[in-house]
Amino acid sequence: MAQSRLDLLQGTLDLMVLQTLAALGSLHGYGIARRIEQVSGDQILLNQGTIYASLVRLQQRGWIAAEWGISDNNRKAKFYSITKNGRKQLAKDAAHWERLSNVMGRVMAMSRRG
Amino acid sequence: MKSLRQTLNRIRAFFHKEPLDQDLDAEMAAHLSFAIEENVRRGMTPEEARRRALVRLGGLEQSKEQHRDARGIPALDVLVQDARYALRTLRKDRVFTAVAILILGLGIGANVTVFSVVNTILLRPLPFKDPPRLAWLSANHGKGDLSSVTFTVAAYQEFQRYNKSFEELTGYQTFFNSMSYKLTGRGEPQSVFGIEVAENFFPMLGVQPVVGRNFSRVECEKGGRPVALLSYPYWKRQFAASPSIVGQTIAINNQAVTVIGVLPESFDFGSVFSPGLKVDLYVPAVMDFWKTWGNTFAVVGRLKPGVTVAQAQAESNILFPRFLKAHPDWYEDYSPKITTLADFVSGKLRRSLIVLWCAVGLILLIVCVNLSNLLLARSAARTKEFAMRSALGAGRSRIIRQLLTECLILCFAGAALGVCMAFGATLYLAHQGSLALPLLSSIKVDGTALAWTVLIAVSAALICGLVPAFKVTSGNLQESLKDSGAGMSQGRKHEGLRGALVISEVALACVLLIGAGLLLRSFLRLLDVDLGFEPSHAAALKVDFDDGGNAGKRGAILHEILDRVSNLPGVEAAGIADMLPLDRNRSWDLQAKGRVYRPGELNGILVYVVTPGYFRAMGMRLQEGRDFSWSDAPLKDDNKAAKDEGVVVINQAAARFHWPGKDALGRLAIINGNDRRVIGILSDVRQSSVEEASSPQMYLPVTQASPEGADLVIRTQLPPDTLRSSVMATLRSMNPGQPAEQFRPIQQIVDHAISPRRFFVLLVSLFAALGLILASLGIYGVISYSVTRQTQEIGIRMALGASQGRVQMGVIGRTLGLSLAGIAAGTVASFGVVKLIRSLLFATAPTDPATFIAMILLLGVVALCAGYIPARRASRIDPIVALRTN
Repeated sequence: MAQSRLDLLQGTLDLMVLQTLAALGSLHGYGIARRIEQVSGDQILLNQGTIYASLVRLQQRGWIAAEWGISDNNRKAKFYSITKNGRKQLAKDAAHWERLSNVMGRVMAMSRRG
Repeated sequence: MKSLRQTLNRIRAFFHKEPLDQDLDAEMAAHLSFAIEENVRRGMTPEEARRRALVRLGGLEQSKEQHRDARGIPALDVLVQDARYALRTLRKDRVFTAVAILILGLGIGANVTVFSVVNTILLRPLPFKDPPRLAWLSANHGKGDLSSVTFTVAAYQEFQRYNKSFEELTGYQTFFNSMSYKLTGRGEPQSVFGIEVAENFFPMLGVQPVVGRNFSRVECEKGGRPVALLSYPYWKRQFAASPSIVGQTIAINNQAVTVIGVLPESFDFGSVFSPGLKVDLYVPAVMDFWKTWGNTFAVVGRLKPGVTVAQAQAESNILFPRFLKAHPDWYEDYSPKITTLADFVSGKLRRSLIVLWCAVGLILLIVCVNLSNLLLARSAARTKEFAMRSALGAGRSRIIRQLLTECLILCFAGAALGVCMAFGATLYLAHQGSLALPLLSSIKVDGTALAWTVLIAVSAALICGLVPAFKVTSGNLQESLKDSGAGMSQGRKHEGLRGALVISEVALACVLLIGAGLLLRSFLRLLDVDLGFEPSHAAALKVDFDDGGNAGKRGAILHEILDRVSNLPGVEAAGIADMLPLDRNRSWDLQAKGRVYRPGELNGILVYVVTPGYFRAMGMRLQEGRDFSWSDAPLKDDNKAAKDEGVVVINQAAARFHWPGKDALGRLAIINGNDRRVIGILSDVRQSSVEEASSPQMYLPVTQASPEGADLVIRTQLPPDTLRSSVMATLRSMNPGQPAEQFRPIQQIVDHAISPRRFFVLLVSLFAALGLILASLGIYGVISYSVTRQTQEIGIRMALGASQGRVQMGVIGRTLGLSLAGIAAGTVASFGVVKLIRSLLFATAPTDPATFIAMILLLGVVALCAGYIPARRASRIDPIVALRTN
């Protein structure tokens, strides 16, 4: 099972994080990581730690904001939420991703026939 | 926009590591507790829950590291780490660090100093407005003495009127010493140095007075109100920089002169137009007054935008011959050679400076090779450290980066030391008033020089760091780790490379030494030149007298001065001349009576107006005939061709030129229309330059010609300053207006004339000595290191019966091999290099065998000495101790 998990493409993790925050609102790092794992049906080979590199990168670009808060089970945690700029960026990246995956699908289909 | 924000955030993060790390720790802790909690809820034991949480995280430290890399500037972090590590290792090896920084400091210091000199004299634009458009006009195609290369007022004004190349022309009066100025009415009379300049001189150069204003048109006309501009240093010295002096009158030559302004500190007339000259005040040159004089005007022009020097030259080539046709009274057409002003100021020094620059470049190269060698020796000892680091995961590039960081730190420390030395050296140079180099006073380590320092420090680090870095990291990791350190094979692979480095170092030093040797020999030859006079034990002092233009009265005054001064105790001989050799000069026409000259054959020859006894006081030698006497009576009329016959003394060059193949003594010459009998022939005197052969000269008695000022020359065995008070008292008793003057040793005038060469020779020799020391250090290092490494081997050989002498010879043989290879390469290279300095040599062939042999021997002996010390150590090795230490 472990061998068949997907390696993440460069830059895709940032997009996933943005999408997760856009869909679910404010979340802490663990929450984001778990959410991505669940949605992917545990198909993604994700070292949860890498999420923090992604978070700091997005934060420095001004696409997400962070704030310390209290979790449901009363623990102190850092909560991230998407910003207006982040939503714009997400729209742009999502469109780009859509086009790329369409093209990839078509190309792969062709090679099978050929 | 996005990336800018990110960059700023990253930079901020770099400087706020601690709070951000604490934040990250808290976040990680929260993450783990969430994960553990969830795992426990699924039924794991707390230990298992924690382990699984860490696994899913991908390692706590790794996660933090990833975060930090994304957050800050990882390259900079590595650099800081490397720098810290480098500083620690360097601190551990103090001797190495000190030696390395010292030699780098010397090398870089020499480079920055020379760069500052080159930058000031050659590279930086002149301190005037739009300097590239300024041009210098040198009459008579730029050939001959001061009188020949200057213009008459008429020629200057004609060219000014008709030329189309120049926006503006200006000039100054070159015979500044002819006009002596003294400041009176403020304590005892003082002589001041003044120069007459044209009305537009300062405006054209773009020099604005800091206080007051420039000359007005009226002030530059005949009969205008006498005014003066002060130089900044004189204003500070004499008037305590008081602005209120402007508008006041001062008494110059007993005449009221209004001070109308002070020139800026940055303007130094002497440093541009006449190196070594200190000017106190500037007065307007009244053209109507100078009109009746001969060639006295130096001309500077500002080209129109877009006009080249060549175009201006072409135009002047056409114009001046036309002027001559239009003015039958002109002696010559004054066709000038036109160059840029910068070329006039520094053109002659260009080659010397470039040679100097190359010499320090060689020094830096030797320093780098030397350091490379030291680093190589050190890295051989550190092989295991590097092997260990690569075994622990450091990549090759990381280790190279580490070594280069060490080099950079060394080089920047060396550069800091070097810049301090350069600051000191340039400050010293800037205050060498006796050194006749242009722009000298403005030499300093400026921003450009600092940028140059950074550039050479970085290149030095790359040059000396790369070889050892690659050498160290190219080895086999396992082998290095296995190597016990005392084995025979260790470091041997470096041996060949180190030998090659030493050979190149010796070769470079050899080139430097031979170049310096040739320049030094030229300088010694120059000191040996027969000047035609005896500069030692003679000194000159300016004398002020008022003869009212009457030759008879002048003779009487000067005769009395000399009588009195000669009788002072300590004075062996005394005489007066208007101009001294190697100082300033003027020229008049002389013709052999009855001889017909080809057109253009006659050039003015240098003329000196002297008293009887002057030749003896200067140590000049009469070959034939007699000295002047006080009974050489005044001519009835100086100017018109009279029947009256005067006398003249000429030098051998003049005799050869005007009376070739005949005895000139007793023959008649025509000078300024007067017949004069040649009464004496003088040995040739080096008058305008020590290096050039004497040109024709004539000497006239003060009773029969007007002198241009007067220098009293005394010959004495005492230090001249001890005679100053008695001589001054004598002069004052005869003329209360005699300004306070100092004795100027004649030797000082000679030194001033050869000071640029002395300066270059001194520097090049200094650099050659430095190169020699560095090369011997390199040899010592390599041989010493190989002896240490072979201690055991030598021990075994001695145990097997090798004698001390044999061991010693072996080491010396290796030294000899290295130095001979270096010397051979260096000698071959020198044959090429000396061609470049050929024009800088004086009476020395570029392949002068004596110099080559002497320098090669010197280098060989020093190299052997450097090798002898380790050789001695090798022969003292005790076989038992050597074998036991394993």
